[in-house]
Amino acid sequence: MEKKEYPQLGETLFSETLPNGLRLRVIPKPGFRSRYAVLAVNYGGAHRRFRLDEELIDTPAGVAHYLEHKMFDLPDGDKALDLLSANGADPNAFTAAGATCYYFQCTEHFEENLKLLLHFVTTPYFTEETVRKEQGIIAQEIRMGEDSPESAVYYRLLGMLYARHPIRDKVAGTLDSIRDITAETLYACHKAFYAPGNLCLCVEGDVDPEEIARIARQTLPAEPGPLPEADFGEPEEPLPLERLHRESMDVSAPLFLIGAKLCPRAKGREALRERLIASLALRLLVGSASDFYNGLYARGLLSRDFDAELDFSAGLGTLLIGGESQDPEAVLRALEEELDRVKREGLDPARFERAKRASLGARLRGLEDFEGLCIALAEGVFEDYCALDASELLQSVTLAECRDYLCSRLTPEHLALSIIEPRRR
Amino acid sequence: MELTRTEILPGVWLNHLHTEKFKTACLSLNLLTQLKRETAPMNALIPYVLRRGTTRYPDMEALTARMEELYGSAVEPVVRRIGEVQCLGFYASIPEGEFLPGGQSVLRPATELLGQLLLSPATRGGLLLPAYVDSEKEKLLDVIRSRVNDKRSYAVFRCVQEMCCFEDFAVGRLGGESECEAINYKKLTRQYHSLLQQSPVEIFYCGRASLRELRADLRDALITLPRGEIDYEIGTDLRLNAIEDRPRYVEEALDVTQGKLVIGWRLGDCMEDPDQAAILTFNTVFGSGSNSKLFRNVREKLQLCYYAGSLTDLHKGLLLVSSGIEFDKLDAARDEILAQLEAIKNGEISEEELRVAKAGLASDLRAMCDSQGELEGFTLSQALDGLDYGPLELAALVEDVSKEDVQRVARSTECDMIYFLKGRDPEEEEDEDDPEEDGEAIEKQIEAILEAEEEKDE
Repeated sequence: MEKKEYPQLGETLFSETLPNGLRLRVIPKPGFRSRYAVLAVNYGGAHRRFRLDEELIDTPAGVAHYLEHKMFDLPDGDKALDLLSANGADPNAFTAAGATCYYFQCTEHFEENLKLLLHFVTTPYFTEETVRKEQGIIAQEIRMGEDSPESAVYYRLLGMLYARHPIRDKVAGTLDSIRDITAETLYACHKAFYAPGNLCLCVEGDVDPEEIARIARQTLPAEPGPLPEADFGEPEEPLPLERLHRESMDVSAPLFLIGAKLCPRAKGREALRERLIASLALRLLVGSASDFYNGLYARGLLSRDFDAELDFSAGLGTLLIGGESQDPEAVLRALEEELDRVKREGLDPARFERAKRASLGARLRGLEDFEGLCIALAEGVFEDYCALDASELLQSVTLAECRDYLCSRLTPEHLALSIIEPRRR
Repeated sequence: MELTRTEILPGVWLNHLHTEKFKTACLSLNLLTQLKRETAPMNALIPYVLRRGTTRYPDMEALTARMEELYGSAVEPVVRRIGEVQCLGFYASIPEGEFLPGGQSVLRPATELLGQLLLSPATRGGLLLPAYVDSEKEKLLDVIRSRVNDKRSYAVFRCVQEMCCFEDFAVGRLGGESECEAINYKKLTRQYHSLLQQSPVEIFYCGRASLRELRADLRDALITLPRGEIDYEIGTDLRLNAIEDRPRYVEEALDVTQGKLVIGWRLGDCMEDPDQAAILTFNTVFGSGSNSKLFRNVREKLQLCYYAGSLTDLHKGLLLVSSGIEFDKLDAARDEILAQLEAIKNGEISEEELRVAKAGLASDLRAMCDSQGELEGFTLSQALDGLDYGPLELAALVEDVSKEDVQRVARSTECDMIYFLKGRDPEEEEDEDDPEEDGEAIEKQIEAILEAEEEKDE
């Protein structure tokens, strides 16, 4: 196993790619009781169309999520969720646009739980009856999402930004799209995407990395399996399709989300660097120390729940700035003015240094979160970089890079605004 | 890890947990005060007004710039409700010097900043700045009004509000809208001073600094804290029985596609001498996690809902079940939830169910030692109850819980409230388009909604 020390972070990372293609990452944490493992699949809600053995396969929206629900069924009638819980573990799973993750956290019986995790994720077992039965549960989950203003404002924005990319559609699909999903569909997708070569296992806790590698070799299939190629359609144009959209729901105050397509270009370690530049630039533009944020907050145009983030997944990068405001359009105008100002005046070097310090502190804080770190490691594996390199790389990011990023990727024309207004009664 | 609890100033208690496990230290300071309808929003507002500016760093920009200099040492307002005690103050997360360039600790300047935030706010003529007070008041009002946005937590809030309508607990963590609207900067300044003088203070620290070092830093930072007669009489009013013989029923209609059913019980006689371990185990068997009776039966077996889970409030003595259901499944879901509780009362708990519940709960408690945030919350809650054991001791107590203990908790419960959030009738929607005809009815409806929104929690 390859061992790499990160003395400034006080962490050690063990890495290995097994003969079956599984990528393994382990961070030992002596003195901690919790142990956390995530088995991530490079397959999410957006992987609807893919090429496998020369054949182009199309699947309905919501398959990856449906599959995640059904993976917990084992052939002998057991449910993996129950078995893990019975062992005192806290198991769960989620499906995002770009990946599906199965994970557990426990304090005892770690190795047994790990075997179970590796076993159930690579053992498909579906019958027409159990698949049909799940429809009711997933339909309820979809309907619950329909009542969520956050979900509505988000998916509306994605629809305004992206013309074709399947990220536009809800990960869970729609009541219509899940209707046609059968056991056969699930088997086909499992076969295509759940082979060891398409998986990544990340573990953190007081564990022995060699022992984890041994368990993985023993439990997982020996063959790497197919490596399907996702087809997300023609590349997207950089500008949004629609710049302003309003809808109403039962909310107390207008909810807004401003977004932009970032069209990431780099690969591997450079991709991580590009993300760090973007995130530092965003902190400078709208972070809690920025003129933009403080000005609008003091003027009463932003409430307490303002948030700005970057989402890089399924080959895309999306800027998301949102919260509650009595006047979302004024927030958009202020953002456009701020971007213009950066273009004219540049960024303040003293603020840049402070922002870097704050980012460093935030990354250090992020290390305390096993789940967050393991999932970030897995994302990095699928993108061919190491998430733990971020703190060191951050040091090399320059003021000019942040300014150029803002000036080239985020002109006012790039921005779209989605609003959910209170329903008038 | 060892917890030491010492009084460092009159009525100011430091809970010091020394550990080298983490890369950031956590330092929180909480003023404790009785939760009351009249003062709840004022108390909830104070840390946010203080966070707007100090004499040295007069606005948020200057404050945030200082925090960024200290490697993003975030000192943020926190407002909690533990039973009927309102806890307000700041939670700071401070990177450990060892991992910073230069290796210099920022604990002392961060502690200093915490002290300034608490004790040296930006003022004019000794009064909190009206601009800050008004602006934060509007934001708090927004938060209070936004309770309706998340229907799942809104339904839980409404159930508790209806159930505890005669108790201060019903006002929630932040208090109600009308009391919030009545706040002005003079009243708020008075309340701020009275809190500083009278509130017991609980400080929690978890990190690498020694008790000696931290105590010195804190004493310096809090040297100007004016202490008067400390109010130790704060606490929670326990009601053991349901208000009426039969559970009350309340329903409400909003634009939702999925109904929310919430059922509330009083934990009852078992709260006279509450056995934390037994109550938590009961809750796990009943409705917490994927092996619970509610998950397995109401969700998996009968598919009556997307989610159904239970939670208990050990301070106020409440049990709540929250579920998301189709509108027409109300009766079936309610009956099944009640039937599952009946089953526990009758001792229908398999050895396996009990073992699994205890193992999961004990594991969660032990894992708490790996999270500063959870340790902080747990320690504060124990301090309020005058309990001196930690999560590991509680985990050991859980291992000893018997089936009879769980049964006893279930038997002690009394169902008090059934709350249902349903969708709006489509015909009503049409009617609303005709203001002439239905003006009065709509007005009443709006009034009801506004009243409801007034007192929702997050």
